[in-house]
Amino acid sequence: MRILRFLLLKEFSQIFRNKSILALIMVMPVMQLIILPMAADYEVKNINLAIIDQDHSTYSQQLITKITSSGYFKLSGYDNSFHEAFQYIESDKADLILEIPQNFERNLIRENKQHVFIAVNAINGTKANLGGAYLAGILRNFNADLRLKLIGNTKLNPSPTIEITASNWFNAYMNYKVFMVPGILAILVTMIGGFLSALNIVKEKEVGTIEQINVTPIKKYHFVLGKLIPFWILGNVVFTIGLFISWLIYGIVPLGNLSVLYVFIWVYLFAILGFGLLISTYCETQQQAMFIMFFFMMLFILMGGLFTSIDAMPSWAQVIAKFNPATYFIEVMRMVILKGSRLRDILPHLIKVMLFALVLNTWAILNYKKTT
Amino acid sequence: MKEVVIQTEKLTKRFGDFIATNEITFDVTKGEIFGFLGANGAGKTTAMRMLCGLSLPSSGKATIAGFDIYKKTEEIKKNIGYMSQKFSLYEDLTVLENIRFFGGIYGLSNAQLKSKSEALVTELGLDKEAKKLVGSLPLGWKQKLSFSVAIIHEPKIVFLDEPTGGVDPLTRRQFWDLIYKASDKGITIFVTTHYMDEAEYCNRICIMVDGKIEALDSPTNLKKVFNTNSMDDVFYQLARGAKRKE
Amino acid sequence: MKQFFAFVTKEFAHVLRDRKTLFILFGMPVVQILIFGFALTNEVKNAKLVVVDQSKDLISQQIINRIEASRYFEIEKAVMDPEQIEAAFKEGKIRLAVIFPAHFTDNLMHINRAQVQIIADASDPNTANMLSNYVSSIIQDQQVQLNEANAIPYAIVPEIRMLYNPQLKGAPNFVPGVMALVLMLVCVMMTSISIVREKELGTMEILLVSPFRPLLIIISKAVPYLFLSLINVISILLLSVFVLDLPINGSIALLFAESTLFIITNLTLGIFISIRTNSQQVAMLISLMGMMLPTVLFSGFMFPIENMPMPLQVISNIVPAKWFYIIVKSIMIKGVGFAAIWKPTLVLVGMTLLLLGLSWKNFKIRLA
Repeated sequence: MRILRFLLLKEFSQIFRNKSILALIMVMPVMQLIILPMAADYEVKNINLAIIDQDHSTYSQQLITKITSSGYFKLSGYDNSFHEAFQYIESDKADLILEIPQNFERNLIRENKQHVFIAVNAINGTKANLGGAYLAGILRNFNADLRLKLIGNTKLNPSPTIEITASNWFNAYMNYKVFMVPGILAILVTMIGGFLSALNIVKEKEVGTIEQINVTPIKKYHFVLGKLIPFWILGNVVFTIGLFISWLIYGIVPLGNLSVLYVFIWVYLFAILGFGLLISTYCETQQQAMFIMFFFMMLFILMGGLFTSIDAMPSWAQVIAKFNPATYFIEVMRMVILKGSRLRDILPHLIKVMLFALVLNTWAILNYKKTT
Repeated sequence: MKEVVIQTEKLTKRFGDFIATNEITFDVTKGEIFGFLGANGAGKTTAMRMLCGLSLPSSGKATIAGFDIYKKTEEIKKNIGYMSQKFSLYEDLTVLENIRFFGGIYGLSNAQLKSKSEALVTELGLDKEAKKLVGSLPLGWKQKLSFSVAIIHEPKIVFLDEPTGGVDPLTRRQFWDLIYKASDKGITIFVTTHYMDEAEYCNRICIMVDGKIEALDSPTNLKKVFNTNSMDDVFYQLARGAKRKE
Repeated sequence: MKQFFAFVTKEFAHVLRDRKTLFILFGMPVVQILIFGFALTNEVKNAKLVVVDQSKDLISQQIINRIEASRYFEIEKAVMDPEQIEAAFKEGKIRLAVIFPAHFTDNLMHINRAQVQIIADASDPNTANMLSNYVSSIIQDQQVQLNEANAIPYAIVPEIRMLYNPQLKGAPNFVPGVMALVLMLVCVMMTSISIVREKELGTMEILLVSPFRPLLIIISKAVPYLFLSLINVISILLLSVFVLDLPINGSIALLFAESTLFIITNLTLGIFISIRTNSQQVAMLISLMGMMLPTVLFSGFMFPIENMPMPLQVISNIVPAKWFYIIVKSIMIKGVGFAAIWKPTLVLVGMTLLLLGLSWKNFKIRLA
């Protein structure tokens, strides 16, 4: 215990001595947490639309007005030929093209049926999906209004109707930021913990101070704990600041119990710090450690369900996601903060992360060799 | 007969095909200043790292302070001090913080830590620098400080790997004063060097060439055997045949 | 010039010696492109859904069968009370619940009117939106089938065509994005760290006292990384074409030239960071922690930039990866020529010159 105290004293003196790193650790996550959720906004609006109106009729004009006044679309071009409109897509000025063919109005009335053409730049799948769906929805409404006008009241519709009532739980205003903030905070805490712990032991190797430690009789687990605990505390501090910022800037108050979140982060930090330490035991230079950590961080960020859904991934990728501790952290953050999940609800996640912590740290201690 | 504190028998370290240290056998007795000489790459550091428990031998036997080098590395570590070639105190900690840290992990009590660090700072004349970062000290002072830290827990043996590399002759002289003082207290000194004048300060020296021990005796005897009056000559005569060049 | 080549040769030797790092540098982009190229998709598939069917009759069963047949959903078998739904949401087991009240078919047939309730877990609003839309349209399809007898008059039928990416695969969007991301971060990290490392170890001073332009020495350190990164570009492109089935619709030479430009931009950014910092840890924290998430977000491949608030759209302009993402997407997927991408190209050239200028200036100040 006494030895651990000296190790901690040393680590903390070093952390607090290096003011520029300490500032980076504190300021960078806060800045990112403030700015990034605004960027990670998927409420698709301002979709750029190019319209080709070959009909120039009353109906086509009404339809265009209806679309532009919906708020989802920005009219970026109004042309006569598909060829011209297509150039907007090529130069990224338009995401969608709506083509209203000649005799749109006449055919609709005479033949009871008329096609319109929608072309979507589908490189970005979500945007394409949502944009196409919005446009189709507006068309449906326009169509219904038109029908009403042409045949009058359809209330006495004799055909059976299924009424759908849809309700959105846990985020009634469909605010996307509320969804992103907990996830981004989770990744920021993960990065802080992972990078700092991965770099720390390697730095001692590179500078050579680890030799002086290795000739002393201290136990391996003392040394590893001495490294873990300071970063564990730092991780908690960053996490707490992050929760405060999300309340201050985004007004997010966890629906669930804060203590559940903390129980989870306590275990999680040991897992992620253990991972960093494990990497550092395999590397000789900080450069190597950094690159390996970079690789895993990319996996953590992109395969953890932060931005894209894990359900939609192919099954082998879902397996990778299952071995990604960040997956559980992101999910638990969202569950507790947005849905008010209780300890009982997150217990399976907690147990998995505990296993991660146990395995990674044991592995790191075993692989840290005082004698080569 | 004096107590033997380091005993090796055919101690060998291989890295793949390369034999860094080839079957070295020697004894060091308590209180001795034992010099290890050799050109760069002769295998001095490898030998020393094995004796300190930093590196596992490929074959051969050795005991340090009566403990087996294979099985009791952690026991050995309680009884030795080590100062590596590369300066390895924490540059971003102050002089006092370094002393307290290393004293602490060797298990000194608070009272001991207090008296030791005061004594040490005064002895080295670092009173004014005690609260400065070690990184800001000149090299000579750093070396003296690392030596003092290496023996802060009064080990039976201290291993010094080229402790005076790159420092001026005056500081080197002062450094050897520290070594003698430690030796007077009964600490065995095991030191590698390639300065021949330093070899003269040792009680016995051992000259390594290409991983093997080529000569082992007191400086006076060696000069007698090689029929010369300078250690330089002794060394040249032995090292001429060396195949490994850096 | 001869001296310059001597320096470059030395740097190559350094880089090639550290096998572990080299392995990571070549292996990492390949693995990442493969994983992310296949795994990332913005689609919503296999979402877990629970059906509470309190009527268990013909039409509710027909709707359930339709839902089950759709690739968007995976029906959780567990039969639930409405009370258990909330618990299932909280445990994160389901994303959507569909509730049929009792006597569903009866009501529909006799009073021409029946209700269905859809409850979505809107903590993820977009997924919630898409999923409840999918279920709604499945139900509407069923209704259309019921009403097949009487056709709807005055129907406007939209015909939707998906350009470039008809199957809405993730790869055409994510591969250019990940390529921009990986190249940028790797280049910046490599140069910034390797130069600061020399500063930290003290070997930089030796170079700086040589009778050779200091900035040139630093540039020579970046040259090997230019070659390494070009090899990475080649391997990424080969994988994209042969493994991920992505087309290169435009000119390969143009794509390669633009990649070279982008790499140089990032190497100069790395040089700039290395000039301004003195410890490896600071350089790494800046080039990784500081740049990773912002690059993911501001390059625009995850979230469309035009959705962002104005100030952030402005910020996104300083991220080189954004411009490269536009370029790669344009050349590879859309197959357009230089005429369509001269603007982003110019921006990258401008950034490179600016960073070089800044490095030059800061370097002089440091020496003074």
